Amino acid sequence: MSTVDLQHVSRWYGNVVAVNDVTMTLGPGVTGLLGPNGAGKTTLLHMMSGFLAPSRGTLTVDGAPTWRNPDVYRSLGLVSERESVHGFLTGKEFVLASAKLFRLANPEEAARRALALVEMEPAQDRRIETYSKGMRQRIRVAAALVHEPSVLLLDEPFNGMDPRQRFHMMDLLHKMGDDGRTVLFSSHILEEVEQVSGTVQVMVSGRLAASGEFRTIRRLMTNRPHVFTIRSSDDRRLAVALMAQDSVAGVDIDATGLQVRASDYGTFTRALPRIALKEGVRVRRLLPADESLESVFSYLVGAR
Amino acid sequence: MNATVAMITTRGLLGRRRIWLLVPLPLLLIGLALIARATGAEPADWGEGIIGGLGFTAVLPVIALIVGTGVLGSEIDDGTITHILSKPLPRSEIIFTKLGVATGVTALFAGVPLFIVGLIAGDAAVAFALVVGAVVGSLAYCSLFVLLSVVTRRPVLVGLAYVVLWEGVLGNILTGTQKLSVQQYVQAIVDALAPSDLLHGNVAVPLSCVMAGVFTVASTAYAVQRLRTLSVAGETG
Repeated sequence: MSTVDLQHVSRWYGNVVAVNDVTMTLGPGVTGLLGPNGAGKTTLLHMMSGFLAPSRGTLTVDGAPTWRNPDVYRSLGLVSERESVHGFLTGKEFVLASAKLFRLANPEEAARRALALVEMEPAQDRRIETYSKGMRQRIRVAAALVHEPSVLLLDEPFNGMDPRQRFHMMDLLHKMGDDGRTVLFSSHILEEVEQVSGTVQVMVSGRLAASGEFRTIRRLMTNRPHVFTIRSSDDRRLAVALMAQDSVAGVDIDATGLQVRASDYGTFTRALPRIALKEGVRVRRLLPADESLESVFSYLVGAR
Repeated sequence: MNATVAMITTRGLLGRRRIWLLVPLPLLLIGLALIARATGAEPADWGEGIIGGLGFTAVLPVIALIVGTGVLGSEIDDGTITHILSKPLPRSEIIFTKLGVATGVTALFAGVPLFIVGLIAGDAAVAFALVVGAVVGSLAYCSLFVLLSVVTRRPVLVGLAYVVLWEGVLGNILTGTQKLSVQQYVQAIVDALAPSDLLHGNVAVPLSCVMAGVFTVASTAYAVQRLRTLSVAGETG
């Protein structure tokens, strides 16, 4: 059981504040660190990983500072955002080298177990430079898990993974969380973290904007207002029917089709097929507006 | 020294394409010596130019530069260093290992051709002295270039400036700078070990030995210190 504790942690580069007065305590279980690109997630993870000194505040793992303290890595496993690996090593060599660098009593056995955990045995004797993005990610996770750390920090672990790999990875993270390990992963894609069951910390512009149960945040997410563009066999007829819906705030008609402003993303997307069927209208195209992640996150922050 | 770090470093170094840059220089050195001998010139006439002018002025420092910055600088550059830094290893162990590998590879690539050139000159004593000089020079140069790797993001450029401008240009104009030049220490040590007409030292031998040692120890100690506080910057926020 390990605790990662941040007290008023800030980090700035010259005049730019990357992380602004963040206080949080992470305990056993899975925590998601969410936020748009540039929110300061990586900087925060780098400080937790001991790769960067906080400009102000204290950051400890089980009471020990991470900065200038290599001993902390005995209980810390890291998967960084940069997918740089020693590509000339095979997957097995890479994980085994990690095990040896941790000075484990039985590095071969530890490496074998870690490779099995991420299902990388079939490719373990190939050089890492021949791996796909998802495979690289998994081999890096295996190397980070090889010493069975009580704290696991992952920066954007789902990047480049297909849905099946993502599901498997999430499953793995949850198993580790259930084992009593403290697992923190970051992500800038809300949909990526759908299966997460633990707590969520949301960062926006360097600040901790929201934190709490994922379910609460998730409800806020699906209830957010959203704009859709629809083309159908009879735009006007559909527009009339849609206006009768509570979940629709407004409809515009122009040459390109319908612009529907939905007040509730979830309810609207469930209602639309039913309405179209009832009215006998064929929906040819349904496009969610190109919504920036920043707007979703700022919505979350505002709705807190 | 750490065997695993040494294994990764050596394979990374010899696996990079850059390592092939190391091959022409030693061949050039041996080739010129063979041509010189074939033309019937006395070793005393070509020794200074080929051994001093090419061997210790260009071949040794350039190989040390490529290797010394390759063992650590490249890993910092591409981010793979995080895999080694995120382990409970004393930072001194990492630096010592990197320096050990760099010195070994440099001494091999520079020492062997210099030994052969010494034999071509027909003087076995000089040949062995050249090997000793190459090892001492490899250690001093590599400690400097390993240090540059943790101090600056452009270690090759800064290292090249030291070799070309400081040792090459200024060393020939101002004799004062020779007292702060690895190349001069190496030549003085070789000359003292096997006095000959082939090579002449410009700096006193005791000073050379002490300064080469100070150079190595100070660079290494500072490199360890800098690695302890090496910040790994993220690409995004």
